[in-house]
Amino acid sequence: MKKHVLSVLVENHSGVLSRISGLFSRRGYNIDSLSVGETEDSSVSRMTIVVDADESTLEQIKKQLNKLIDVIKIVELREDTSIYRELALIKIATDKSTRAEIIEIANIFRAHIVDVAKESLVIEATGDQGKINALTSMLEPYGIKEIIRTGLTALQRGEKELKN
Amino acid sequence: MKLSDVLVRCLVEEKVEVVFGYPGAAVLAVYESLRSSSLHHVLVRQEQAAVHSASGYARTTGKVGVCIATSGPGATNLITGIATAYMDSIPVIIITGQVKSSLIGRDVFQEVDITGATEPFIKHSYLVKSAKDFPRILKEAFYIATTGRPGPVLIDLPMDIQEEQIEYHYPKEVKIRGYKPTIEGHVGQIKKIAKLLEHSKKPLVCVGGGVVLGNASKELQEFIEKSDIPVVHTLMGTGALPTASEYNFGMIGIHGYKQSNWALKHADTILFIGARIADRAVANTGIFNENAHIIHIDIDPAEIGKITSATIPIVGDAKIILKGLSSIIKQIDTAEWRGRIADKKEVKEEIHPSGAVNPKLVVRKLSEMLNDDAIVAADVGQNQFWTMRNVEIKGNRKLICSGGFGTMGYSLPAAIGASIGNRDKQVVSILGDGSFQMSMFELGTLMQEEVKPIIILFNNSGLGLVRELQRRTELKEHGVALKGSPDFAAIARAYGITARTILDEKDVEGALSEALTSNKPYFLEFIVNDKESTL
Repeated sequence: MKKHVLSVLVENHSGVLSRISGLFSRRGYNIDSLSVGETEDSSVSRMTIVVDADESTLEQIKKQLNKLIDVIKIVELREDTSIYRELALIKIATDKSTRAEIIEIANIFRAHIVDVAKESLVIEATGDQGKINALTSMLEPYGIKEIIRTGLTALQRGEKELKN
Repeated sequence: MKLSDVLVRCLVEEKVEVVFGYPGAAVLAVYESLRSSSLHHVLVRQEQAAVHSASGYARTTGKVGVCIATSGPGATNLITGIATAYMDSIPVIIITGQVKSSLIGRDVFQEVDITGATEPFIKHSYLVKSAKDFPRILKEAFYIATTGRPGPVLIDLPMDIQEEQIEYHYPKEVKIRGYKPTIEGHVGQIKKIAKLLEHSKKPLVCVGGGVVLGNASKELQEFIEKSDIPVVHTLMGTGALPTASEYNFGMIGIHGYKQSNWALKHADTILFIGARIADRAVANTGIFNENAHIIHIDIDPAEIGKITSATIPIVGDAKIILKGLSSIIKQIDTAEWRGRIADKKEVKEEIHPSGAVNPKLVVRKLSEMLNDDAIVAADVGQNQFWTMRNVEIKGNRKLICSGGFGTMGYSLPAAIGASIGNRDKQVVSILGDGSFQMSMFELGTLMQEEVKPIIILFNNSGLGLVRELQRRTELKEHGVALKGSPDFAAIARAYGITARTILDEKDVEGALSEALTSNKPYFLEFIVNDKESTL
């Protein structure tokens, strides 16, 4: 099975998220991540859903989503024509001896240090999933205390717009 | 104007005449508004029956069925009815009362999240948060319930909002950006379908409930007579073509016929129209000829490709697409192919245990005696197949049952709803002793409404269809005997309904004739042997 990124425009009101997540669980579709936020039009939200599906299941997912009255539009964003991004906040154990090394790693990944304490620091990183994965594997030896990832969000490259 | 008055006025505007409901604390304002309106309120005995009655009403009048229930248990009792209507795509509007807006989410008395609970089996639902949105919501609800693939729509209306004052207005149009059903079929696809069928040697049409719901029987008949293509149908497609049509080879599926299932297996092109191809109709799509072309017409794009992939998919209204197809299709030479299907017809000798009444014979006799515009509501179980297989479809006869969901207890409330919408027609409810006991209390509604359906109860002292399944497999019979049942005829009589119990086959015709000519509700109990088979 392959991962697919769906960008879905939905009505921005309560209940929509439950309708969509419910649809995935009751029909047994595999959802990797889902991120949602308001768009340039405040009555519309945009969801980025990463699904794990073969072609025919993907077709059904799109059709079933379209069947929901609150779903306005769906496009699949392909990797070669889209920008994929994810944000991660990573809290890592540090002490005097490791702090410099960790900051150096963060710099290489163009990540920011957003919080420093005596025995920890928090790194904010954005990028595609490969980059976040690479960063976390570099940081693992130091002891990751907590990590939070937003899930993928994506936008088409070029002039094309997803409008309702 | 008070919002509950607005609600009633909007319903009148939508030409609603009847609402099926059950009152409660969270819909008091609505009931007060109903009291002084022209709407006829049917008081059911349990909320599930309100939805089944609304469904029976909708299916036999072409109008929308409307139900009202209170919050909490009133709302949750509706659930099986809603799921039943959803699976068979029946346009029903459900209005539920909800606790005060300010109390939502606090688990107060009779509070339940009904929009959340019904989410998996409802076409759409609304929780009204502001009174001024209500007229738009109601207009949308009617539009959504009746267009595209029809289905139930629920509006949850908090008590405080029912009391709010707004200015009356009812929108003329709806604009829902996420809902634009495709009605017209793609012309290019229609041409392709005609071409593919014309090049087939063994074409077959398989019709489903979509043709009945889409009111496309006439168009189907024209198309078939022009093209000479033989037809089979699903359970829900019963009634799309007259039984006597030389093109109609009957129902497919596990309770269908040998010749229709054989045809499905051997056709080189199958045109599915408004059929979901679900497991009871086609247990396994592997049975199709491996080189068979599949053409699939459906108004719901999600049905196409869900079970089997289609060579030619086409989304749209069956009526319009069939009209388009009829205008271009040429006659296909199917004489030999139809002959081969006809050869597979089984002249099965029915093994009928003696000492009881043969239910199939009862239904056949009934079918001979019914008017051409009679309505028959079957329940679920053996009685359903005795009915669906033995009532002849002709004229404007309508046969309804719970197909997709298989909800026991459907027939009686559905027949009551159908009777209310068709007071001048014969309405018959056919059920078993199991299904009758799931809705028996609706005899009260029947009497209160002064409707006159005929109730035919096949009493085989148990849950026949399940018992047959257990007997047919290596399983042992368990949990299927209905011991302790009352004298059903006496129960009917207690409600004031004339009732008779028939034990002997020679009394069948007389009893049916008596019931059909009585011009009052009539209850006939036929004692059936528990070995009586479904087919």
